[in-house]
Amino acid sequence: MASHLNVMVGGEAGQGVQSVGMILAKTMAHGGLHVFADQDYENRVRGGHNFFRVRASDREVLALSGELDILVALNKETIDLHQNELKDSGVIILDQEQTKTKARGERYFNVPLGRIAEDTVKNKLMTNTVAVGAAIGLYDYDFDLLAAVLRKEFARHGEKIAEDNVTAAQAGFDFTREHGSQRLSQKIQPISGSNRRMFLNGNEALALGAMAGGCKFITGYPMTPASPILEYLADKGQHHNVVAVHVEDEIAAMNMAIGAAYAGVRAMVATSGGGFCLMVEGLALAGMTETPVVVVLGQRPGPATGMPTRTEQGELWFALHAGHGEFPRAILAPATADEAFSTMIKAFNLAEKYQTPVIVLTDHHIATSYATVDRFDLKQVKIDRGELLSDEELDKSDDYKRHTVTESGISPRALPGQGKTLVVTDSDEHDEAGHLIEDAETRNQQNLKRLRKLSGLKAEINSPKFHKSQNAKFTLIGWGSTYGAIREAAELLKEGGIVVNVLHLSEIWPFPAEAVSSALNSGAKSIVIESNYTAQMAQLIRRETGHKVSGNILKFDGRPFSPEEIVVRLKKEVL
Amino acid sequence: MVTMKDYTESIPIAWCPGCGNFAILQALRKALVDLGIEPHQVLFVSGIGQAPKLPHYTHGNVFNGLHGRTLPAATGAKIANHELVVVGIDGDGGAYGEGISHLLATMRRNVNMTYMAHNNQVYGLTKGQASPTSDLGFVTKTTPLGASQPVNPLALALASNVSFLARGFAGDIEHLSTLLKMGIEHRGFALIDILQPCVSFNHKNTYQWYRERVYKVEDESGYDSSDKITAFAKAQEWGDRIPIGLIYRKERPVYEEQLPALREITLVKQKINPLQYEALLDEFV
Repeated sequence: MASHLNVMVGGEAGQGVQSVGMILAKTMAHGGLHVFADQDYENRVRGGHNFFRVRASDREVLALSGELDILVALNKETIDLHQNELKDSGVIILDQEQTKTKARGERYFNVPLGRIAEDTVKNKLMTNTVAVGAAIGLYDYDFDLLAAVLRKEFARHGEKIAEDNVTAAQAGFDFTREHGSQRLSQKIQPISGSNRRMFLNGNEALALGAMAGGCKFITGYPMTPASPILEYLADKGQHHNVVAVHVEDEIAAMNMAIGAAYAGVRAMVATSGGGFCLMVEGLALAGMTETPVVVVLGQRPGPATGMPTRTEQGELWFALHAGHGEFPRAILAPATADEAFSTMIKAFNLAEKYQTPVIVLTDHHIATSYATVDRFDLKQVKIDRGELLSDEELDKSDDYKRHTVTESGISPRALPGQGKTLVVTDSDEHDEAGHLIEDAETRNQQNLKRLRKLSGLKAEINSPKFHKSQNAKFTLIGWGSTYGAIREAAELLKEGGIVVNVLHLSEIWPFPAEAVSSALNSGAKSIVIESNYTAQMAQLIRRETGHKVSGNILKFDGRPFSPEEIVVRLKKEVL
Repeated sequence: MVTMKDYTESIPIAWCPGCGNFAILQALRKALVDLGIEPHQVLFVSGIGQAPKLPHYTHGNVFNGLHGRTLPAATGAKIANHELVVVGIDGDGGAYGEGISHLLATMRRNVNMTYMAHNNQVYGLTKGQASPTSDLGFVTKTTPLGASQPVNPLALALASNVSFLARGFAGDIEHLSTLLKMGIEHRGFALIDILQPCVSFNHKNTYQWYRERVYKVEDESGYDSSDKITAFAKAQEWGDRIPIGLIYRKERPVYEEQLPALREITLVKQKINPLQYEALLDEFV
């Protein structure tokens, strides 16, 4: 039987919900288990209700799913809101004093977290660490793995703090072994001898992918859910020669990134929908001046400020049509943290090769949810800077023109300050030399040249993932962050006797029309599942392939899809 | 040796005959020649308007971007390759209207570049509407009730801790050229506000109007351009007497010089090396 864990930690903002959850999740990851974890939080710094869910298993986990084994309640509200998500045999860890409850019964396991922290290390701040120890104890999991994680996490606070945390956790663990070892039948064991995976969220994977992909310059204005990308590059960039500029607004961010890219460095911006609105004029500038720039667009529910700490996929059409006029672009929408890393590298390569903007379309869910992934292989990272002229090549051409008309539409690129060549470009329509023009013939030549790049770009787009099953009744179609939930829903459906295919797009534009068409030719009913009201992918498929999907499962409440929800809604709305 | 010929371009010029831009172009070419800077060493960044067309009429690297967004683009390029001599060129609409937030931010940062604001107090390219610096009550097609209180670019720059502030006049090429040279040589951000008559749309602030009013601060005995309070007082003068010259200069740390990434060589010359990030991956294991 599969060995798995399903835990939720809940409390107020500021109570350390995330840190408890992260330590628990990392302890599982250290034991070689597959882990998926996600945080639900409000747009505030203190108070409110936050919760963090961890799922771990000895098989791959792609989403949160299933009922809870343990609910760690740091306040009473957590019990009220979430106890119905617990299995019949599940356990609620609570400190009656801390939560001011007198809840009694089999499922309520009173652990005097605060008192244990006081008694053992004389530090109330370590109450949460006691709770992690208690939870690990209920599962009979290896305490040494928790101790190792605590030592690593708290190392920067000094040895005393780190060891006190281990002591506090041990006390919580011991308390459970003594008073509650029979409470939970579900146990979980580390997988011995397995390779250590990385455990990170989508934003971290995007940031690492950007750096590995040669990003040297990032600008931005903080906006959830994209801010951590700028913060990560600002922090790590100091030691790796990456420049991060926190600018006055997103208009500046986009134009500054374009300026840096024009001068020859790989440059990016990271923002959410509202910030991207301000960048849109700049996106067209990148298109016109044929400047490579990478945009991470982390979607959240709109319109306007919407729900800043929630998720949605409402900006597919926006990404597709953003900018005035017509110019080539690529849109990539990674499905997992693993893909987020490789997508960034591809984004920079495509941007430079085709000298045009590339949008990496993510959302709050993928940005902030954590997963274990195989360690990224930096040796496999291929950097392709496209037709960037070497100094020698440049020396040979005495009449360099930045926007030379070519068959592929790609003009060999020189950089300002590279030799004696002058690099001239203009947001006005221009001639091959980059000087502004008005005549119809030159306009046509340049516009055709730019848009010819689309055919090369199209050939670079990977076909969607197609998980095909014999005699499938449905093809579930998704894009971006819904991949995990849809895959796991397919598994649940199969267990219930309903066989489905899964078609998932991680590379959306130029649209892989042929591959989508052929996948949808199987006769199975096509059902699009996406987090928006207008079924944007369904309509895009119709526009690009003529295929009208049989049904949609849509959601725009700001919460990610769960596999169970997909199953229930498929049965209710489609079957 | 670099000569005026190196900065001569044969493209037909789209400015009106008598436009102040011709004189400003001449002053800029002269400044660059006098400093011995070659065209390939220069990057002109401009926005939209009549003035921002200027880079097309001389020689250099050119990034002619969006209206009002000159300074962010110029900052990005300067950080990517700090060996470039970066000169930004805008009109008063781009500099003091559409792009004013970027002007404030760039002055705060003190990026090493020169910014020429061709200030003719009217919109030329869109044919005669009021600009942010139009005099109070200036009646145009979009301001039939008269323009509101103008922006005071000099006072604004001083309040933003600009490290170099000068005002030139298109009617005095020699003097303007000297200011441009000083601005380009200055370590840090140099704002050069340039009083520029518009012969087509501004019939108030004409060459004659300016000639009767402008005076050089350096001709006043004891003017101390390192004293911000004195400079601020000069910035308030408008009307009967209009000061031109070096209004204020005080060096302070330059933005890009403080970036660890640029300490040894330019960012653009640094090779991409994915393998350097192996240790960062360890932090997630």
